[in-house]
Amino acid sequence: MIRLQDVRKTFGQQEVLKGISSTFHPGKVNMIIGASGSGKSVLMKAMVGLHPITSGHIFYGDTDLANINETDRLSLRRKIGMLFQNSALFDSMTVEENVLFPLNMFTQESKSQKLERVNFCLERVGLINTNKKFPSEISGGMKKRVGIARAIVLNPAFLFVDEPNSGLDPLTSILIDELIKEITEEYQMTTLVNTHDMNSVMEIGDHIVYIYKGEKCWEGDKNAILTTDNEILNNFVFATNFLKDFKQRRN
Amino acid sequence: MLTGFFFHFGRYTLLLKSMWKRPENGAIYWQETMRQMVSLGVGSLVIVFIISVFMGAVTTVQTAYQLVSGFIPRSIIGSIVSDSSILELAPTITSLVLAGKIGSNMASEIGTMRVTEQIDALEIMGVNAPGYLLMPRIVSALIMVPLLIMLSTALCIGGGILAGHLSGIIESSVFIDGARSTFKAFNVGFAMSKAITYGFMISSISCYQGYYTEGGALEVGKSSTKAVVFSCILILLSDYVLAQLIL
Ligand SMILES: Nc1ncnc2c1ncn2[C@@H]1O[C@H](COP(=O)(O)OP(=O)(O)OP(=O)(O)O)[C@@H](O)[C@H]1O
Ligand SMILES: [Mg+2]
Repeated sequence: MIRLQDVRKTFGQQEVLKGISSTFHPGKVNMIIGASGSGKSVLMKAMVGLHPITSGHIFYGDTDLANINETDRLSLRRKIGMLFQNSALFDSMTVEENVLFPLNMFTQESKSQKLERVNFCLERVGLINTNKKFPSEISGGMKKRVGIARAIVLNPAFLFVDEPNSGLDPLTSILIDELIKEITEEYQMTTLVNTHDMNSVMEIGDHIVYIYKGEKCWEGDKNAILTTDNEILNNFVFATNFLKDFKQRRN
Repeated sequence: MLTGFFFHFGRYTLLLKSMWKRPENGAIYWQETMRQMVSLGVGSLVIVFIISVFMGAVTTVQTAYQLVSGFIPRSIIGSIVSDSSILELAPTITSLVLAGKIGSNMASEIGTMRVTEQIDALEIMGVNAPGYLLMPRIVSALIMVPLLIMLSTALCIGGGILAGHLSGIIESSVFIDGARSTFKAFNVGFAMSKAITYGFMISSISCYQGYYTEGGALEVGKSSTKAVVFSCILILLSDYVLAQLIL
């Protein structure tokens, strides 16, 4: 479980996160939605400890991220898997080596066991025959998928994915959504997904937090999203015609 | 300016300190060190070869030009060229060139990793990023720079002999006799201590510049320029300091 308590973050003069509180439970796909520039990525990086927050608290279970000691921080990080918005693959390594890297670093398994695990993960994100390619040789969507494979290869307890679907075609997008949902439930991960893709929100979102200009504007489940009378959220959600139809039919 | 110096010096020291953690997996660090040694050592061979041979050749011709008096034996040329190769030309000039090559390479490699969030990705995995990125690079520079400088010394003297022979200024045997007559093992030791110092400076400064790159591709370029400039200045500065202290 991850709990945020009045998290604030300023960069210089600009206040990017303006006091966000929420709780994210294991086994649930928690989605953070919001317009571009609303602070989703900053929130996610703050939660994993990459951006020290200006004030507030971030709890993993009962431990506050702010006063955790170095050893515990490292062992906590080993339980975190993260996909960065721009994938952040190691570009001196092949696809296979990228996914293999965490296994090599932190496990003592035999080489063939590790490779089996790597191939299993790559297959789950729908990548075959790319093992020996370098990140510069694959497409943006493929990079995303390698990033996801690398994030889940150690079966993390906390999974953070920043925009898994941007740059993916609808079919692959659904594949990735389903993968995220499946592994979250199977391994009882606490999963956080940043997205502005309403399709995947309606597909797999268990708990949705809507961020508007650095503030938590709305929070609830996906059914509530369709019936809410929160104006700002409605403007965001029903920007797509598909969902507008959906709502009209429902009403 | 002064606060800037203390800021960078403090951050540099802390970065080097944070490198000293138990490696998560020794084998991977070892592999990475080997990879760096190959890229750094083999990658610099050609440039070291070219500059060393020419340095030796030019020094021979110029020394001969300056020694016009018939009273001075020609063998002096050999001793001057070999001594200055060992003491100054090979270690310092080669290091300056290596600062340009290795330094900019390290700074831009690490800088790119920083701005594309690869370093963040390492940290999230629980890898000690300074240890994993800096340690192999610094260790391999500490080993390879002295080796390259040894090679450079030999090539420099070889270049001198060759130029002397080809231009008819001095016979190879006379050159070598001259070189032998003033050879001191101490000089070689001094040159090696310079080499180790320079290797450490180039690698640590360049890694530092890369590690704290902020922004994008443009800033990566700036970091790598800064890495080269600061390494060169510090090499020359410490060249002087070491000469004062030890000679
Ligand atoms: N390192 C930084 N330094 C200063 N400001 C930053 C930094 N990172 C982000 N910001 C600012 O924080 C705000 C939120 O950025 P963020 O990346 O979180 O947006 P986002 O919600 O993820 O958008 P998108 O959907 O486009 O990814 C932006 O206005 C941005 O300028
Ligand atoms: Mg973002």
